[in-house]
Amino acid sequence: MPEFFESIGNSFVKTFITDDRWLQLLNGLLVTLEITVVAALIGIVLGFLIAIVRSTYDMQLQGRKCRKKSDYVLKAVNAFCNFYITVIRGTPVVIQLMIMYFIVFASSRNGIIAAFLSFGMNSAAYVAEIVRSGIMSIDKGQFEASRSLGFDYKSTMVHIIVPQAFKNILPALGNEFIVLVKETSVAGYVALQDLTYVGNLIRSRTYEAFFPLITVALIYLVIVLILSFLLKKLERRLRSSDH
Amino acid sequence: MTTDNVLIKVDNLCKSFGSVEVLKGVNAEIDKGDVMVVIGASGSGKSTFLRCLNLLEEPTSGSIFFEGTDITDPSVDINRHRQKMGMVFQQFNLFPHMTVLKNLTLGPTKLLKQSKQEAEKNAMALLERVGLADRAHAYPSQLSGGQKQRIAIVRALAMNPDVMLFDEPTSALDPEMVGEVLEVMKQLAKEGMTMVVVTHEMGFAREVGTDIVFVDEGVIVEQGSPKEFFENPKSPRLKEFLSKVL
Repeated sequence: MPEFFESIGNSFVKTFITDDRWLQLLNGLLVTLEITVVAALIGIVLGFLIAIVRSTYDMQLQGRKCRKKSDYVLKAVNAFCNFYITVIRGTPVVIQLMIMYFIVFASSRNGIIAAFLSFGMNSAAYVAEIVRSGIMSIDKGQFEASRSLGFDYKSTMVHIIVPQAFKNILPALGNEFIVLVKETSVAGYVALQDLTYVGNLIRSRTYEAFFPLITVALIYLVIVLILSFLLKKLERRLRSSDH
Repeated sequence: MTTDNVLIKVDNLCKSFGSVEVLKGVNAEIDKGDVMVVIGASGSGKSTFLRCLNLLEEPTSGSIFFEGTDITDPSVDINRHRQKMGMVFQQFNLFPHMTVLKNLTLGPTKLLKQSKQEAEKNAMALLERVGLADRAHAYPSQLSGGQKQRIAIVRALAMNPDVMLFDEPTSALDPEMVGEVLEVMKQLAKEGMTMVVVTHEMGFAREVGTDIVFVDEGVIVEQGSPKEFFENPKSPRLKEFLSKVL
């Protein structure tokens, strides 16, 4: 029995203490968080823009003829957004990441920027569809009431439609960011030392699989739990108007 | 502005949804202070007619002159004219994420550039008028249907419109709440507000209307003063309609 505890103690020391491996894990965590946060921001901004284009097209032009010059522009931009969503959703994120790193950033090989952009652009495609579904779920009467007061399309979106849509889509949006946290675990493919990469590195150096991998799994779990908790809190706050 | 008394003039208005012709050449004139009541069977085009007046539905052809301007002209800024045309919907369409007070002040502060205090003062006066001042900080989901519709009416009034359009304002209400909404509308008419009302409330039409219009299959079949209209209908279709609803 003492040998058993001794070997566990040894594994623990090798995994965390030797060569300051706990510090490596911490740095890996920071890289994971950095990629996630920046990608989420890119995803939200770009996703909302795409969603606005797509739902404006759905509401104003679908099944109708273009009459103004701006109609043709909208139609073209909408077609591009559709293409974008199709390609992004139709290919694995790790391939997108490698294309970004080995082709787009071939000369600089800037891994972190490549990761920001490819995870952000990937997330944007999903966010766009979530936001669009939220906008389309708002009753047409809300739109008409706002327009009948004299608000233009843009103000109607800003003051009436998007705030209500945001409340409806918050759970789906939260889900998307939870997925994003875990998707960043392939960042090691472009030489980034994120949490998963560091965990695997420690495993290969120490020939210990249990501690490094379980630790990494637990850290992801804790991040997701914290994120879920924050989202639930936000949801409750936004729900204050439905009694 | 022209000197004559015409507020809205509708000229040969046609509207199709795809291949379905809903309005087939409607002509009408609404003078200042008029209460035009539009009646007709469901599917006759009466709601479409009303919704064309502020271009919520874009007419297929024809013109609508509001205060002398042809608002169907694409170069016209329709948002400016809509500020002058209040609209009340069957389904109320209050903004559920805002309090009653915010519902009333949003338009005046953002569009009419009133200060927050000014807009709130006006809003409270309007709420007082419809007996709902104590509900100013409630959310729409906490109100009854009749209360919602009264709020919807004063939300439109807060913009100081020149005409009020009512699209079946009592059709979605429980019967016991119809009265309180009609009462507010009667009051408005008495104060001289120009109104166009699509409704099935024949009592209201007879009592408050100055001009009754019967729409059937996309055209105005008959039009007249309430007395003439209800007591001496001429067209067989109107006779048949009235025999069903009265």
